[in-house]
Amino acid sequence: MLTAIWETEGLQTVGIVVLVCASIKLLHLLGLINFSEDSVEDELELSAVRHRPEGLEQLEAQTRFSRKELQILYRGFKNECPSGVVNEDTFKDIYAQFFPQGDASTYAHFLFNAFDTDHNGSVSFEDFVMGLSILLRGTVQEKLNWAFNLYDINKDGYITKEEMLDIMKAIYDMMGKCTYPVLKEETPRQHVEIFFQKMDKNKDGVVTIDEFIDCCQNDENIMRSMHLFENVI
Amino acid sequence: MAAGVAAWLPFARAAAIGWMPVANLPMPVAPTEKNKRQDELIILNVSGRRFQTWRNTLDRYPDTLLGSSEKEFFYNEETKEYFFDRDPDVFRSVLNFYRTGKLHYPRYECISSYDEELAFFGIIPEIIGDCCYEEYKDRKRENAERLMDDQEDNKDSKLPNMTFRETMWRAFENPHTSTMALVFYYVTGFFIAISVITNVVETVPCGSAPNQKEVPCGERYTVAFFCMDTACVMIFTVEYLMRLFAAPSRYRFMRSVMSIIDVVAILPYYIGLVMTDNEDVSGAFVTLRVFRVFRIFKFSRHSQGLRILGYTLKSCASELGFLLFSLTMAIIIFATVMFYAEKGSSSSKFTSIPASFWYTIVTMTTLGYGDMVPKTIAGKIFGSICSLSGVLVIALPVPVIVSNFSRIYHQNQRADKRRAQKKARLARIRISKTGSSSAFLHSKRNGLFNEALELTVRPEEQRLSKSTSLLESQHHHLLHCLEKTTVSAHNHEFVDEQCYQQSYLEAGLQTYPSRSPSLSSQDGVTGTCCTRRSKKRHTPLPNASAQAHMHPLTHPHAHQQGLQELSTIHIQPLSTSRSSLNMRVDEPAPLNCQSGQITTAIISIPTPPATTPEGDAHPPAGPAHQNVVKVSAL
Repeated sequence: MLTAIWETEGLQTVGIVVLVCASIKLLHLLGLINFSEDSVEDELELSAVRHRPEGLEQLEAQTRFSRKELQILYRGFKNECPSGVVNEDTFKDIYAQFFPQGDASTYAHFLFNAFDTDHNGSVSFEDFVMGLSILLRGTVQEKLNWAFNLYDINKDGYITKEEMLDIMKAIYDMMGKCTYPVLKEETPRQHVEIFFQKMDKNKDGVVTIDEFIDCCQNDENIMRSMHLFENVI
Repeated sequence: MAAGVAAWLPFARAAAIGWMPVANLPMPVAPTEKNKRQDELIILNVSGRRFQTWRNTLDRYPDTLLGSSEKEFFYNEETKEYFFDRDPDVFRSVLNFYRTGKLHYPRYECISSYDEELAFFGIIPEIIGDCCYEEYKDRKRENAERLMDDQEDNKDSKLPNMTFRETMWRAFENPHTSTMALVFYYVTGFFIAISVITNVVETVPCGSAPNQKEVPCGERYTVAFFCMDTACVMIFTVEYLMRLFAAPSRYRFMRSVMSIIDVVAILPYYIGLVMTDNEDVSGAFVTLRVFRVFRIFKFSRHSQGLRILGYTLKSCASELGFLLFSLTMAIIIFATVMFYAEKGSSSSKFTSIPASFWYTIVTMTTLGYGDMVPKTIAGKIFGSICSLSGVLVIALPVPVIVSNFSRIYHQNQRADKRRAQKKARLARIRISKTGSSSAFLHSKRNGLFNEALELTVRPEEQRLSKSTSLLESQHHHLLHCLEKTTVSAHNHEFVDEQCYQQSYLEAGLQTYPSRSPSLSSQDGVTGTCCTRRSKKRHTPLPNASAQAHMHPLTHPHAHQQGLQELSTIHIQPLSTSRSSLNMRVDEPAPLNCQSGQITTAIISIPTPPATTPEGDAHPPAGPAHQNVVKVSAL
């Protein structure tokens, strides 16, 4: 008997609780009550980051490109990145399109860091054009400097074996799996060993900028290849 | 490669300097760029609207018209621009594709014109961007459906040489094709109605004997009802057997829904006949009678609305399934709750959960019979929540079903309207075409006239007669050449459309193996006929419409000429009677035919009396020969 009454009472309570909760939810939905204090909606959408480069004359002065070349470069740049800056993901996408067989993302990451000279996470048109100016119109010294900067991942002035190994692996990744002969695991490592044997004169395990430039200037192949891409634009 | 990526190739190449110090081997020689052009603006003149863009922009997609050297065909030397005689509005989208790498489909544009432009400029439609692709595909599908509808209509055409079986099947499927079919259609409809009414009236209580309880009519007038039933079932059986006989694929017919309904409608009667008055099975027999009500579904052959409804329900099966499922869930939940809520109250009708199902269903569908009512407060609260949620759950899938039905219904209406308009449209097109063909004969007469007076004609007269345009005169010259080509002993000439006497034609017509690729069976003298399908091929041809070009029966020999068939040939089988020659051909209406019939057959009878062919030769009633040779039509 008692249980029957309790059951009924219990269910009545449940029913009332349900009703109350539903009405509170309804009021919240209608916006009359606010629960948490920081329920401010993010009305302000982050406006798209836009960046405008410096004037044409300044760029002309800073780089070794002519006015026309700068115009062509900018048109291509702006077409692909209407907001004026390239972030790392876009950069990786663009670079990956040239190497469909392999995975170019790691190397693109290092490349991005090399171009992003002010390390703000995005490559603006100035960074882009400055980098290109060095690569295409710079002296051999400057080019080698740029390459050293690329290999020196933490920008401390020394290339260690680990850094070189990372770079080497990234380059081999771009080749992909389908190569002949098949790339083995230790191929990058061997390549790094060869590199260090060539470059590291004092055998201290790191390569400094002077060692690097000296060694490269003595190497015929490297010197010739530095002039390979001069007529790209 | 994508648009902008081509612009980044210099960058990628420059960045390759990063590999150089690492490499052990010498690098390959870089390709030199001979006569490297400075980027220049090129002007594209599309029907007067000038678009300008960089040459590099267009070079991004070298497998299209604008990106390849194909555009040099359109180069205009004087104005130094590329001229395209196309739609400038659509060209906007095309050019934007080069600029941005994405092809967009504008909504206001007609799908077929857009497709044509894309085909012209060598762009495949599959690269339409995701934003517009769905719309494009929807419109394309709609268009294809419409075309298919049009093609299906043509299947209604009567093939002159159908077997009896095919004729019957066609009569069953399309009652409006012949009077017999229509009669049959109405008779069956009438008997279906009679049968259903009989079933209903059977159960109505008729007057009874004074001291007996009311008896249903069925038991009072057993014999009468039995006779009615027998008659109806007889008709239905005969109809079913005839359909089964006529069906092109009997197995498929037997599996179709309509035939199953037919069978279910007549089976109970036969089962009843077979079964004796066995007490055990009479109960089952009574149940079988319920199936007689299925006869009402036979009406769906007569009513298109019913068919649409059925089709809609079939196509909304998933929505209906969802409705059912959600209703079941809700019913179980609320029944359980109501049962436990009402358990306490005395004399509660909610004796078990299944018993509460009834209450829940009645409440959720807002019926509210009132035979089961909650008495406790909790029960009342939950009961009200139940009815509110019921309204919502049922209201949700219904609009989907409704919109589906509306779409299918409108589609059907549109199809009917199109069919009705098509006849008028085609008639008007034919009329305009006859104009051009009669113009030829007219000019030919003038030409002959001129030839005859060649020596005496004066320049002014000649000029007067040259009132036709250059295009027309060239066309007429072409037809003239054709006539001259088909020279044997006598010229075959195009003649005015005059019907030849029936006897003329009765001399049998030989089919000319037409060169139309759409004809299926065309083996010489077998009396197969060209169908309207070939007509469809030929109507777009600009030449004169189908005419009865007959030449007089003056040919000593029968040979098949190499006449090109430019429109349909309507050929009767060898053994048809005169009446079948009256079959209508889809030919131009205004003809001064005696019999009101147009045949495009030209007959040359082997040994006729020799008469010279004239312009408008009246065909003398020649002897009826069995081997008529040739059919030619233009």
